Amino acid sequence: MTVEPIDPHIMEWHEGRPRLLGCRCRTCAETNFPAQDSCRRCGGAEVAVVPLAEHGTLWSWTIQRFAPPSPPYVPQAEPFEPFGIGYVELPGEVIVETLLTEADATALRIGMPMRLTVLEVPTHCGAQAATFAFAPVIEGER
Amino acid sequence: MPNEVAIIGIGCTPFGRYQDTTVRREAVRAIQRALADAQVSWADIEYAVGGSMSGGSADTLVAELGFTGVPFLNVFNGCATGSSSLSAAVHAITSGAAELALVVGFDSHPRGAFAIQPEQLGLGQWYGSTGLAVTAQFFALKIQRYLHEHALPTRLLSSVAAKAFRNGAQNPNAWRRKPLSEADIDRSPMLSDPLRQYMLCSPGDGACALVLCAGERAKSLRPDPVYIAATAVRTRRPGSFEVLSPSLSIDRGNSPSVDAARAAFEQAGIGPHEVELAQLQDTDAGAELIHLAETGLCAHGEQTELIERGATEIEGALPVNTDGGCLANGEPIGASGLRQIHENVLQLRGTAGVRQLPVRPLVAFSHVYGAPGLSGCTILTR
Ligand SMILES: [Zn+2]
Repeated sequence: MTVEPIDPHIMEWHEGRPRLLGCRCRTCAETNFPAQDSCRRCGGAEVAVVPLAEHGTLWSWTIQRFAPPSPPYVPQAEPFEPFGIGYVELPGEVIVETLLTEADATALRIGMPMRLTVLEVPTHCGAQAATFAFAPVIEGER
Repeated sequence: MPNEVAIIGIGCTPFGRYQDTTVRREAVRAIQRALADAQVSWADIEYAVGGSMSGGSADTLVAELGFTGVPFLNVFNGCATGSSSLSAAVHAITSGAAELALVVGFDSHPRGAFAIQPEQLGLGQWYGSTGLAVTAQFFALKIQRYLHEHALPTRLLSSVAAKAFRNGAQNPNAWRRKPLSEADIDRSPMLSDPLRQYMLCSPGDGACALVLCAGERAKSLRPDPVYIAATAVRTRRPGSFEVLSPSLSIDRGNSPSVDAARAAFEQAGIGPHEVELAQLQDTDAGAELIHLAETGLCAHGEQTELIERGATEIEGALPVNTDGGCLANGEPIGASGLRQIHENVLQLRGTAGVRQLPVRPLVAFSHVYGAPGLSGCTILTR
């Protein structure tokens, strides 16, 4: 359950659940992910790290059907298995690019509800780490 | 700006995968062709500028061209390298720093998708290692969203790709010279939904060069100069949706293509409705659809009607990517933007051969787009 986050700067464990860390600008209220030292919209330096919402809606998606060039990609399976990628809109916050737990094109549709989860992935140095992903919300589940 | 700078020489060598030659040799050859076309010599050039991502520094080409002492600037601006170099040469001429300038773009990339180094883009290592640093994903995610927002059918992607290969078959410099039908394209493997193999361009090799001169001298150097009515390069503004973005602002904004096109039309005093042919960045078939609207050449959602009545074909009202675009020519980053200019100059001169527009045009538009979110637009007239 508590495999180390792939990068402590982008996500953390909080009460046994993963959460993404973004930043919000005190001047223009822009939310960005990952957090950075200054605001991408206005350039202001007054930015604070904020945890991001766990739920959102699928904004766009694709299936990565060929192995990305390595490096930088660290293959997760041999032979390569296609994986889903999307942008998930966290309401009122930001639209986050993410791995999807679903790689079946017929199961993905823009606007569908999604929730944050983690995937265990190999890192460039051969260790295992937790990275973030979004999964379709199954009816009745929350 | 209109008519202050003219193109009097163009040189392009065949695009593809170099086997019996090298990218440097092809760059020198393209420059020599452009000089010969302009009927000037390398020693006459007072300002040179150019760039390449993987082919080496442009200024080192003086070792083959001759040591004339010319100021030679290296430019690298992603897919807008050619447009940015052109822009720098135009500024050198309009400022009075030079009367004759040379612009060169060349590149050579290995087979397969571009290998991205996330750290060079200010992104964490996690972004690459988990499989998010792939440019084709962005193109797929962008067109997927675009088709949804504007209720466009995915069959347009096959139509755009088929046109590219049809036009490429008529271009002796093109890499892919075999026409492919919509059915051939639909049978190619899905790589990144909704994009199939033949809907995505391949990184490749190519070289292209231009000779520019001060507008008032142009007619004394050749009878059919082509004038640069505008050239504009823009980077992203808040809310744009760019390649290799871990997140997007929920307050959506315009892409740099919108800004660059708008600036170019304003500079030229020409409206999008006056454009008679356009070369648009078609890294994938979806990009052509999006860029048609982002540059103002049509309304969002109007693409279905335009394409289905054949408007974007060579014989249509608004021919697009008449030389086969990136889909048929491949994408040598440094050379692509100048290839578009080369094609527009041929069409304006009326020397594009079998792919010449039925009526020789007066206004031609070109557009490039690339990482990390920049666009260059150029308007040519005669
Ligand atoms: Zn701000």
